[in-house]
Amino acid sequence: MTQIHSDKHESLTDYFDSLMQEFDANPSPELQHPISLSRRGFMKLAGITGGGLVLGFSIDTPKALANVSAEHAQFNAYVQVKPDGSIIIQAKNPEIGQGVKTALPMIVAEELDAAWEEVEVVQSPIDESIYGRQVAGGSRSIPANWVILREAGATVRAMLVSAAAARFNVPVAELRTESSRVIHGASGRSIHYGELAEEAAKLDTPSSVELKARSQYRLLGKRITGVDNLDLVTGKPLFGIDQQFDNMSYAVYQKCPAVGGKVISANLDHIKSLKGVKDAFILEGNGRTDELMPGVAIVADSTWAAIKAKRALKIEWDESDASKDSWSAFTQQAKQIAEQAPERPLSRSGNLDAAMSTEGNKSIEAFYSHDFVLHAPLEPQNTTALSKADGSIEIWAPTQTPGRALNGVANTLGITQDQITLHQIRAGGGFGRRLTNDPVCEAAAIARRVDGPVKLQWTREDDTQHDFNRVGGFHVMKGAVNKDGKMVAYSDHLISFTENGRSPVSGGNLRMTGYPEDACSNVLMGETLLPLKITCGAFRAPASNTIAWAQQSFIAELAHAAERDQCEFLLETLAALPEPRGEMLMNKYRAIETVKLAAEKAGWGRELPNGRGLGIAFYYSHFGHVAQVAEVSVDANRKVTIHNVTVSADVGPIINRSTSENLLEGAVVDGISTMMGLTVDFENGRIQQENFHQYPILRMPKTPKIAVHFIESNYHPTGLGEPGLPPLAPAVGNAIFAASGIRPRTMPLSKEGFTI
Amino acid sequence: MANYTLNINGQSLEVTDVDPDTPLLWVLRDELSMVGTKFGCGVAQCGACTVHVDGNPVRSCSYPVSAIAESAVTTIEGLAQGSQLHALQQAWIDHDVPQCGYCQAGQIMSAAALLRNNPSPSDQDIDEAMAGNLCRCGTYQRIRLAIHDAAEKSARRTG
Repeated sequence: MTQIHSDKHESLTDYFDSLMQEFDANPSPELQHPISLSRRGFMKLAGITGGGLVLGFSIDTPKALANVSAEHAQFNAYVQVKPDGSIIIQAKNPEIGQGVKTALPMIVAEELDAAWEEVEVVQSPIDESIYGRQVAGGSRSIPANWVILREAGATVRAMLVSAAAARFNVPVAELRTESSRVIHGASGRSIHYGELAEEAAKLDTPSSVELKARSQYRLLGKRITGVDNLDLVTGKPLFGIDQQFDNMSYAVYQKCPAVGGKVISANLDHIKSLKGVKDAFILEGNGRTDELMPGVAIVADSTWAAIKAKRALKIEWDESDASKDSWSAFTQQAKQIAEQAPERPLSRSGNLDAAMSTEGNKSIEAFYSHDFVLHAPLEPQNTTALSKADGSIEIWAPTQTPGRALNGVANTLGITQDQITLHQIRAGGGFGRRLTNDPVCEAAAIARRVDGPVKLQWTREDDTQHDFNRVGGFHVMKGAVNKDGKMVAYSDHLISFTENGRSPVSGGNLRMTGYPEDACSNVLMGETLLPLKITCGAFRAPASNTIAWAQQSFIAELAHAAERDQCEFLLETLAALPEPRGEMLMNKYRAIETVKLAAEKAGWGRELPNGRGLGIAFYYSHFGHVAQVAEVSVDANRKVTIHNVTVSADVGPIINRSTSENLLEGAVVDGISTMMGLTVDFENGRIQQENFHQYPILRMPKTPKIAVHFIESNYHPTGLGEPGLPPLAPAVGNAIFAASGIRPRTMPLSKEGFTI
Repeated sequence: MANYTLNINGQSLEVTDVDPDTPLLWVLRDELSMVGTKFGCGVAQCGACTVHVDGNPVRSCSYPVSAIAESAVTTIEGLAQGSQLHALQQAWIDHDVPQCGYCQAGQIMSAAALLRNNPSPSDQDIDEAMAGNLCRCGTYQRIRLAIHDAAEKSARRTG
């Protein structure tokens, strides 16, 4: 784990840059560099045999698995067997709705041949020295843990088989396993894992083990219901907000609505006189937006008393250094900058201007924009903390980055990480919001002033006004097709924002995957950055989610200019890409198959009534190749009806079919929300929206029918939290154009008079 | 400050020394440790806090405890009959509806109120009854499916 908080003056951009580098790094180095298997001392390379991958390793066990009884046979950090024979599998990463608490243990159980109904999944402790990276982000949980978790299960299975061989006095080769039993077919004997566990756990971890072939899978690829579902539907405490302790206090925290404002004074005496209020005080903060900014804390004996007191709070702010950002001013500025060349050229080939003006070529230009949006996870930010007399602190936090939370709290309180006990708690949605741990740091700082445990509770208004927003921006698009209808020029000039004056804010960069710039001979890609103080962060498929909108809409504009079918033109531009350079990179063959599958399943090319149209879009992000086709009607008043969306994806083998489909269905809903009506406006540094009545997240009646199809290729399996989102907006935009002849270029489309 | 005797999930429960304007949501969560009912917005926009008052779905974040009087309150914790899950709860598990799961208690309570009045709802009936419940993860398609499934299974059981 990189220590990213050693420099107190590090900017928010630096925080996200290092996080994004982690996300972008190849999660499976063994694919291309087998020798690097010795990472973290977890394994040593033993050799590759003809029959399959054979690996040697030693898996350490955590110093203390708090949730594991001493009576349990402990095989490694992931697997323990209880005396009754049921199997505990540790889920290592935060659960934020992406289903890893079920999917990661499924991988272990598959290789272990465990009976899934006898498996008990528990959330593992935070210990990155044992578990490696424990983060929910970048759609990385599946690709980064695929090999490790299979080995964790296969090792234990091998040890159980060895124990059975000794018990039965037969060769290992005569034994097979199924449903938590070792079976000796010749004699008809079988024995449950539970009866072998104690002796098996005493055996040495085998020096090599063979992993199953895909054809042998019994569990992976099935629909498995979430391990927390029974608790969820019966209202059991599961989330950060559900943490309760005796003598607990309840806190709220008010920061300046314009980021960077400091507290001059507040009516603390009045607040402290209110019913139920125990204390109220000012925190100076450490100046870091991702840790602790200045504000006023109120501690009360109930959440309601704290919320009521917050409404009575009067604070005088020093806003001399605070944000004065204005979205309307940025929009005006961007329109002027659109006439100029990008300040930061990123990729250039051929001669764009010449290709645009060549006689016989048809050249087009277009200005796309997208507003800022919120993450708006449904569980408002919260953290519970207990400060102890010895200076240590215990924290219960729904965070996507527990390791970074430790850094942040240590930095905020001026303590060392070993003085912090952090429990990872299921989060009511993440979408990137909980990659930053500002509420965790605030709760820790407040807890220092409170006797006993205290739960910091943000209101929805706090969540809306103090998010790390999906940054807005403007794409100035140029392109040309020649007489034969081929793409001969492509340019994307992204007008975006910078917080540190050097590099784009998180998600505000012109991320390039190779497409379409490598499929075209005259290209200019570049950025111009405007200074910004409003805090921005990673939002589901950062950068990709807005680049896809401009890119895939504009590719469709070029197809129209060439008077060609949009899907055929898209496939032609994909086919023009160079050969794939590595497994974990965009691959034109996978892209083409994905587009073809979506088109076929959606009935591309069929006759539609007037006012109805199909649109297609493809995007590669987070190792996932995803295409979507939307079928849309548009009436004379620009009222849009999205009838159905067809999704196709190639993310390799599917782990949990149920979760995988669910995530893509959810990405479609998320995509429709953000493209049709969601916006965060700001003037004088202040977010104008406060609550959901001003932030129309899609509701059930407007949800289209969604069909999901997987290619299920043999490539390394990858994640699905993010790559489903980017193609939705351009697919719908292209369908709106097909239905109405109107090309939407402003997200949300409500700003162009469209409704849903 | 006031004391109340509340009829919640068939039990008579005392709460003491609470502000009369305290929303039922916070009485359930902070005073009675029934945390299945969720806080999402505080202004009756998201439906995460949906409970039944005399069988009708209400947003408990905007329903003061002083207004409950003798009414019977049902929360997600009281929906199952002992260990027998409500048909909706079982359908939610069978169809693996949740992603993050935070909104789902409210979704189920809204759906339960719908099925009580309309045992075999159409898609449109479901859309209308569920329009007040946000799911930020976007599980609406599965929610529809699970409601239909629960309605069919209940009809078979009683029919």
